[in-house]
Amino acid sequence: MGIHSARYEKRTDAPLDPSRRTLLLCSAWAGAGVIWALHGGIPKAFALDDNGQVSDPKALAGNFHFVQISDTHIGFNKEANPDPVKTLQVAIDKVVALPVRPSLILHTGDITHLSKAEEFDTAAQLLKGLPSTVHYVPGEHDTLDEGGGKLYLERYGKGTLGNGWYSFDDHGVHFIALVNVFNFQAGHEATLGADQLAWLVDDLRAVATSTPVVVYTHIPLWTIYQPWGWGTEDGDQAIAMLRKFGSVTILNGHIHQVIQKVEGNITFHTARGTAYPQPAPGTAPAPGPMTVAADQLRNYLGVTDVKATQGEHPLALIDSTLV
Amino acid sequence: MKKVIQVLSLLCLMVPISTWAQEVEVDIKAFMYGPRELKIAPGTKVTWVNDDQVPHTVAETHKVFRSGALDTNERFSYVFDTPGVYEYFCALHPQMIGKITVSAN
Repeated sequence: MGIHSARYEKRTDAPLDPSRRTLLLCSAWAGAGVIWALHGGIPKAFALDDNGQVSDPKALAGNFHFVQISDTHIGFNKEANPDPVKTLQVAIDKVVALPVRPSLILHTGDITHLSKAEEFDTAAQLLKGLPSTVHYVPGEHDTLDEGGGKLYLERYGKGTLGNGWYSFDDHGVHFIALVNVFNFQAGHEATLGADQLAWLVDDLRAVATSTPVVVYTHIPLWTIYQPWGWGTEDGDQAIAMLRKFGSVTILNGHIHQVIQKVEGNITFHTARGTAYPQPAPGTAPAPGPMTVAADQLRNYLGVTDVKATQGEHPLALIDSTLV
Repeated sequence: MKKVIQVLSLLCLMVPISTWAQEVEVDIKAFMYGPRELKIAPGTKVTWVNDDQVPHTVAETHKVFRSGALDTNERFSYVFDTPGVYEYFCALHPQMIGKITVSAN
């Protein structure tokens, strides 16, 4: 299935053709790939051809790209995917097969399903097969051990602050890992907490507004669907701090599907998982695993490739499924 | 002797009934506690059973009780000896909330 290029910037001139919007939505759900390039904060979608290749060379003109992988849920074994080890391996193979090795890889959480030591072990063994350094944030499924996240932090918390947040720079892009899967309160969305927000203020102080910023969390930083808890209650405070930057990309997992929005210079993007799909917001009574026909499963799982071109600071996002 | 046997028989009849009456099950299904609100007598044992494909927890808001992660078909029990109102939620999916009122009336 081909995908059609489209601009997703905020439009005030004329309504988009509804049939075209429907087509784009269908394309996303069928799992067809799309590449996003940001030019001066304006995102542009490029077509992928039937082979999953980008047809416009401009989209891949950069010299730096990284991959996002998410929601591997090692240990899950129910109907929606009895074998997430296998689908993670397919995802890893896909990353290995990329024509240019990614500079780094982000894992946006829910590495394991139940935070068991053996699940972390299995995941680590598999993820070793990735061709570049992996940077992690925890998902709430990684905090279920008796120590409430101790196992995760022992493995991945070295050099991080608080419950595992940190930042680093690579190829002129400032990466910020935020953690929003601790201290849940009844009836509330996820939170970052005052300490982490204070750290973020401090962290951003040294970053020039012309520097592309990539923020990654597990649970969406913006509220996608409050009744299912798909959002971060104090995420708007973090987003407010990011508005002055020329190019901001906010990545997350948790909801096991691709949803995007653009606000000014900020692109929000949620990635597919590699374990099982979940329903679109509000389309089912509950957000539990969605069982699809076995031969369709890989259409709903995937990875995201993000490309940055220095100079103009564009970032491109390419979602691809495991098919 | 006959009277003792009669009393014993009566006790045998009563014990299982009273045990049954003091145990209640809460089903966790489709990201909801069922029933969401429960009124019980002091001494009642409540058992939560997870019927979902994903794990849930049972966490009292003031940490009076807190289960670990309950995977599919796993259970957690708590005996409510003290009257009062207990509100709880799933520490993984905090939009899931429930309430238990323990009262002698």
